[in-house]
Amino acid sequence: MADNTVKTTVKKESFINKMGGQKFIVLLVAIALFLVFCAASPGYRKTTTFITILDFSYYIILMGIGVTFPLITAGVDLSIGTGMVCYALVGGWLIRFHDCPTGIAMLVCVLFGMAIGVLNGFLVAIMELPPFLATLCTCMITRGIGSVIVGGFGIPWPTAGADNAWYRNIFKLTDGSTIIPIGLVWMIVIVVIMSFVLNHTKIGRYTIAIGSNKEATRLSGVNVRFYHILAYVICGFFAGAASISYAAVVPTVQPGTGAGFELEAIGGAIIGGVSMSGGVGSVAGTFAGVFVIVLLKTGLPFVGLTANWQQIITGLVLIGAVLIDIIKTKREQIK
Amino acid sequence: MGEVILTMKEIDKSFPGVHALDHVNLEVRKGEVHALMGENGAGKSTLMKVLTGIYSKDSGTITFEGKEVDFHSAKEAQDAGIVIVHQELNMLGHLTVAQNIFIGREFKKGLRIDDKKMNEEAKKLFDRMNIDIDPKETMSKLTVGKQQMCEIAKAISHDAKVIVFDEPSAALTETEIDELFKIIRDLREKDLGIVYISHRMDEIKVITDRVTVMRDGSYVGTLITKDSTKDDIINMMVGRVIYEDPKTESMVPEDAPVVLKVEHLKAGHMVNDVSFELHRGEILGFSGLMGAGRTETARAIFGADQIESGDIYVNGKKVTIKSPSDAVANGIGYLSEDRKRYGIVVDKTVAENTTMACMENFMNGIFIDKKKEREIAQKYVDDLATKTPSVDQLVVNLSGGNQQKVVIAKWLTRNSDILIFDEPTRGIDVGAKSEIYKLMNQLAADGKAIIMISSEMTEILRMSDRIVVMCEGKKTGEIGIAEATQENIMNMATREIE
Repeated sequence: MADNTVKTTVKKESFINKMGGQKFIVLLVAIALFLVFCAASPGYRKTTTFITILDFSYYIILMGIGVTFPLITAGVDLSIGTGMVCYALVGGWLIRFHDCPTGIAMLVCVLFGMAIGVLNGFLVAIMELPPFLATLCTCMITRGIGSVIVGGFGIPWPTAGADNAWYRNIFKLTDGSTIIPIGLVWMIVIVVIMSFVLNHTKIGRYTIAIGSNKEATRLSGVNVRFYHILAYVICGFFAGAASISYAAVVPTVQPGTGAGFELEAIGGAIIGGVSMSGGVGSVAGTFAGVFVIVLLKTGLPFVGLTANWQQIITGLVLIGAVLIDIIKTKREQIK
Repeated sequence: MGEVILTMKEIDKSFPGVHALDHVNLEVRKGEVHALMGENGAGKSTLMKVLTGIYSKDSGTITFEGKEVDFHSAKEAQDAGIVIVHQELNMLGHLTVAQNIFIGREFKKGLRIDDKKMNEEAKKLFDRMNIDIDPKETMSKLTVGKQQMCEIAKAISHDAKVIVFDEPSAALTETEIDELFKIIRDLREKDLGIVYISHRMDEIKVITDRVTVMRDGSYVGTLITKDSTKDDIINMMVGRVIYEDPKTESMVPEDAPVVLKVEHLKAGHMVNDVSFELHRGEILGFSGLMGAGRTETARAIFGADQIESGDIYVNGKKVTIKSPSDAVANGIGYLSEDRKRYGIVVDKTVAENTTMACMENFMNGIFIDKKKEREIAQKYVDDLATKTPSVDQLVVNLSGGNQQKVVIAKWLTRNSDILIFDEPTRGIDVGAKSEIYKLMNQLAADGKAIIMISSEMTEILRMSDRIVVMCEGKKTGEIGIAEATQENIMNMATREIE
């Protein structure tokens, strides 16, 4: 009789373990996708294409890493997409019309992002609004603020070659005809740092604890409100950082845009194994997950599928990822 | 028993409209296990919440270690050395055991949390308690019993001097309870003061030194456990005498027709080739240890879990049950062991809950006939003696026993002839328990057929006409009440399967 129980436990163990390695599987999927697109399209396997893919991945990666924190608290931040565009507009407006040094404008982007993070955190942790609703509202607010401040016109950041365009070198070093996508290095450094924050510091520990059981965490004497707000501030910080990398790759930042970008970041995080029900997730997983989204986005047009198809396929992939999460949770509950 | 460590004197607390605590006293000594007993709503939890600063008292004094104290939060009480091990475990499922124990006071090495040191400290703690738990294991993978051990370890690591156990055994298996008692005795040896809240009379006799009884927010008295009988305590709790006579013979007539017949039922690995018959007017007890597959059998019959193979006959006719609505259509009602999750909708009224399983009978065109709904609800409130101010009361405000009555009313409204009671009296106090028993007997006498799943041996022996015993997903025995004894049921429940 004991035999039976032991066997089933072992079987479930191995299943969970396998799923615990989700970020590894996702990484393999990303690589496989990349290889498939390379094999299918000669246009895809060009250095310039790779560079473009990377260029357009940084802001999603940054947003994804940021939003991982609210997601792990069992929340969400829908304001990062429009927020990012808003910060980029404000930064560009400062540079263009107020002769603001680029460095200061960048700092403003990040601080603005953190301020919206504080607002989100306040609404969620103190006013106890549902995160979905609170951040949906700030999503609309940021979209409006961006347009109001710049007066409804598109704002280009300094273009390559201009005096104050050094910020572009953060992501891409150009030396004659050779282009070094240095941004990728920064992304990896950030992944390492934020993994450390999530797994080995109080901030990360309490983020997971809040997502696991907020009340129990509070009863343990943890300042739950502070750490709950902090998760949104971290997210806002990364949305601010994303706005800089976004401004570096688009010719003009357009007011009123940005809605939908957050879904790419959140989708990446979920594909990377972050659980919508909180408590589970990793920065490295999000990183790999975002790449799957970016590869689908960039690769599908090369194999002859239009942007509409790309949306459909990305949606289906997301359903798959969420299903895996649900099945995983169910299996654990059965135990 | 040593000197007095904690005294609560003349504690008074009112909420709007409710006098929750009426000059209550409690005295705990070092090296004593002190039971706090009373029916649900007697004020035990409120008293403990006042003790640990979650509620503030209106008047009275709390003296702890010779000094008068007044805590303002659970944290303050914890820091002083008074810790509650809650009924619902406050664990963080996604974190490891050690991370749970030291949450809020992590060891640090620079910016980094020193998980290694936390694991070592947790290991030391477990060694001292003589239990074997891996500090690095994820909390959610432990059994409920082990999780509770972790909660206790956490309490001890806070350097607790008084530990309050709030119904610790409710979710534990027999062996886990034994382990828990070992640890509690150990804590008693180390001169801690223990407050033990429980409904289970036999546990009180085994583990506690003194008993303080509360009733309706008042202090009734304190007894020395070994000098008092079970009846003394119960009398103090309910203020009236309850007779717990076991059934000695089946009340079902010989020729009662079979209303439910299950043949070779198989569903998952917890229900393996289960067959039995249920007669009209019968209470069929399902006994077995935790994890024997009783609830799973009930869920399969009710269509909540997929049936892999086997046949179900209702009133002699073979039926296909693929979902709960199929089961309901065949007159089967299921009263879950987890009322709050599956039985009732807590933030709806008594009336709304009553008609939930057969809305279609209470429709007037596309509108709900509220008047009719309230009438039928009122009828069952009267019939079942449900204690509620009105049928418009939200179910969340009722006590456990009365919530159970609302669930019964729901199935009676549906005209279900086969009722499956899964742990019908779990979390229900002694007084309400005997009312539920009376009600079940009445239902059986009225011709309903009842399956009663219960982990309490006394309940099985008291209520059943016939008993089916399960072990490891298989039926291991069936016995009439006349032949049944605690020993032969236990024997079947632990039978090895070849």
